[in-house]
Amino acid sequence: MIQRQAERGKWDIITGNHAVAHAARLARVKVVPAYPITPQTTIVEYIADFIERGEMDAEYIRVESEHSAMAAAIGAAAVGARTFTATASQGLLLMHEVLHWAVGSRLPIGMAVVNRAVGPPWSIHVDHQDAISQRDTGWMIQFVSSNQEALDTVLMMYKVAERPDVLLPFMVCLDGFVLSHTFQPVHIPDQADVDAFLPEYRPPHWVMDPDRPITYGNLVMPEREYMEMRWSIHEAMLRAKEAIREVAGEFKRAFGRYHGDLLWEYETEDADILVVATGTLASEAEEAVDLLRSGGKGVGLVKVRSYRPFPGEEIVRLAEGRKAIVVLDRSLSFGQAGPLATDIRAALFTAGVSTPVVGFVTGLGGRDITYEDIAEIVKIAEERVKEGRLRPVEWYKLRR
Amino acid sequence: MPSDIVIPVSNPAEAAAGQTGLWRVFKPVIDKGKCVRCWVCALYCMEDVIDEGPDGYPVVDYEFCKGCGICANECPTKAIDMVPEVRE
Amino acid sequence: MAKTVMDLRRGPKYVLPGSAACPGCGAQIALKWVLKILEGRAIFVIPACCTSVIQGPYPKSAFKFPVYNMAFAAAASTASGMARALRAMGEEDIHVVAWAGDGGTYDIGLQALSGAAERNEDMIYICYDNEAYMNTGIQRSGATPPKAWTKTTPTGKAEMKKNMALIVAAHGVPYVATASIGYPADFLKKLKKAKQMRGFRYIQIFAPCPTGWNFPVDKTVEIAKLAVDTYVWPLFEVEHGKLKITVKPRRRPLKDYVSLQKRFRHLTDADIEELERTFLSRWEALERLEAQGTIFL
Repeated sequence: MIQRQAERGKWDIITGNHAVAHAARLARVKVVPAYPITPQTTIVEYIADFIERGEMDAEYIRVESEHSAMAAAIGAAAVGARTFTATASQGLLLMHEVLHWAVGSRLPIGMAVVNRAVGPPWSIHVDHQDAISQRDTGWMIQFVSSNQEALDTVLMMYKVAERPDVLLPFMVCLDGFVLSHTFQPVHIPDQADVDAFLPEYRPPHWVMDPDRPITYGNLVMPEREYMEMRWSIHEAMLRAKEAIREVAGEFKRAFGRYHGDLLWEYETEDADILVVATGTLASEAEEAVDLLRSGGKGVGLVKVRSYRPFPGEEIVRLAEGRKAIVVLDRSLSFGQAGPLATDIRAALFTAGVSTPVVGFVTGLGGRDITYEDIAEIVKIAEERVKEGRLRPVEWYKLRR
Repeated sequence: MPSDIVIPVSNPAEAAAGQTGLWRVFKPVIDKGKCVRCWVCALYCMEDVIDEGPDGYPVVDYEFCKGCGICANECPTKAIDMVPEVRE
Repeated sequence: MAKTVMDLRRGPKYVLPGSAACPGCGAQIALKWVLKILEGRAIFVIPACCTSVIQGPYPKSAFKFPVYNMAFAAAASTASGMARALRAMGEEDIHVVAWAGDGGTYDIGLQALSGAAERNEDMIYICYDNEAYMNTGIQRSGATPPKAWTKTTPTGKAEMKKNMALIVAAHGVPYVATASIGYPADFLKKLKKAKQMRGFRYIQIFAPCPTGWNFPVDKTVEIAKLAVDTYVWPLFEVEHGKLKITVKPRRRPLKDYVSLQKRFRHLTDADIEELERTFLSRWEALERLEAQGTIFL
């Protein structure tokens, strides 16, 4: 079965953006409202092309802003359509208000975020500040490290998002240019196989329908269920952890590919030091692990695929008994620390695990971080732990 | 769907904001002697609480009438009086 | 189907008694009529505005039609998504209505409105214009008329009112109309026309607000009529680019209109004269546009 499905479909050498566009087509999304922004643009160009060539049966709304793109996605989902959009950087920031609205309405909208630095000054290069700034909206935030993983994760996440016990929107984050504009071999699954994996969306909750008139979202007074609604989103987010695991398993059975679930581990079993990273920093870290291991260092990698829901307990289990956790953040909570490092410290402290965490902020605005840099980072981290000099933020490749 | 999915969906109902008749300071009273059943009162009634009674004349649902008096102001034969509301 | 004005007072109720609207609310009269004309076969998107509150609090709603409450700037964009999704799913007979106040139309929602108009999205966009931010407690908007008192223009607004209907008409959409609850026959005719068309239709309804304009609550309809009769609120439509003034009243002095409302009580006779000249100029401009035939393509 696995063999047959992998043989069906086709192989192509395509960019991350092209892979994402294929995923939207294969998911049979019915409405795509989109507004162009570098480096997302080719996603929405490919989708326009698919639709106009008749390869994709969807309404394409060429909206006048990202705020409108997300609002239109919400409107489409509110009448029961599977919807998709894509954005980056300033576009994602402009959507912020309505990102909350999508979650509160429990609409399983799908979105690709091509991570890019936020201005000013203008920078079009990779940085995770755009997605991390949406941390508390209630969107499921997933980071990928390859073009194949981008395509597969969009398909998997629709299945997670549309589950009646989840009903939350998701963003699949891929690094600007590093993935979005870089060619890699990608297996594009056969439509029939995707249809079997991801059936048509049928909203299990309210939809806007004159035959069943309801009012969605009117005033809720303090003693009514506002607080319970927020709790409910949190519970669904926690359940999504299990859903992500299950769907990763189903995907593996259907297509023979497995990118990890909430996390992906590499050489962790006997490692003294774990590097924790997201996106393509994790791909570099994988190379760094090989390099360090060839020099006799016991280093492993934990790639965080799901930033929200956050796999805190899972990371704690992996961290227990190690000499150090080295966290790479491509974003920063100014005046505090790297967001991923902060989350990991909180999870460890809550669990009473005292493994030292050395958090690095690096690679901002697309500054190149290679596997050799990460090997260097690990060495710095070892020194800090040895000296007992742990600080909230370690800057790496900061020139001053 | 699991019971812990709490979604703010409201259902249509009268008295969504309570028994709005209690807001009333003046009460419209229709003089059937002057009423010509033109229904202008009902046309303009913001709360849609003026309906046709069994005798064919307009009746006001005082449970919800807010007492704005648009009906009396617009009545072409001045058949509606706004009288001070007296409550126990 | 509402055939005559008197059908607007009978038939099923879609705005149920016991709403949270202030006594004498012009917007609720307009909403009641619109629903009777559309016979409830419409999905409403309502951005932040008085109507967000009028429907009453969860878990009840005074509205017996599907309502999606949305963020302030997003009425037309959300309605665009709904209209396209309905088309994608083969639903032909459900109207999508964006129902927004003047703040959500003239100001914060203008960009999304312009985008939806330019794309000729299949919706009826209705602005009920009560000429200020009333839900937040009477602050001036782009729709507030010159010299009017609001809480953010305590000595009177210094600027003009945006000519919003003409701004939308300039997009070249199939139908634009102004309407008034003071002129129900004209109101009904325009809504019926909009109902039968497809594409982007824009209706701008004059909705007097006793709370914000400070007039006796029983004068709502009287003031709506006076606004038309004093040329404050000209009734016209722009159908496929051709402008037509649909009601040409014998002009009454502006004083009859402003003297009923305390938002204008600080006006001197000279102020009123100046304002009257302004409204007359706008009326004459409309007459010139009407004379030119098809002007908006």
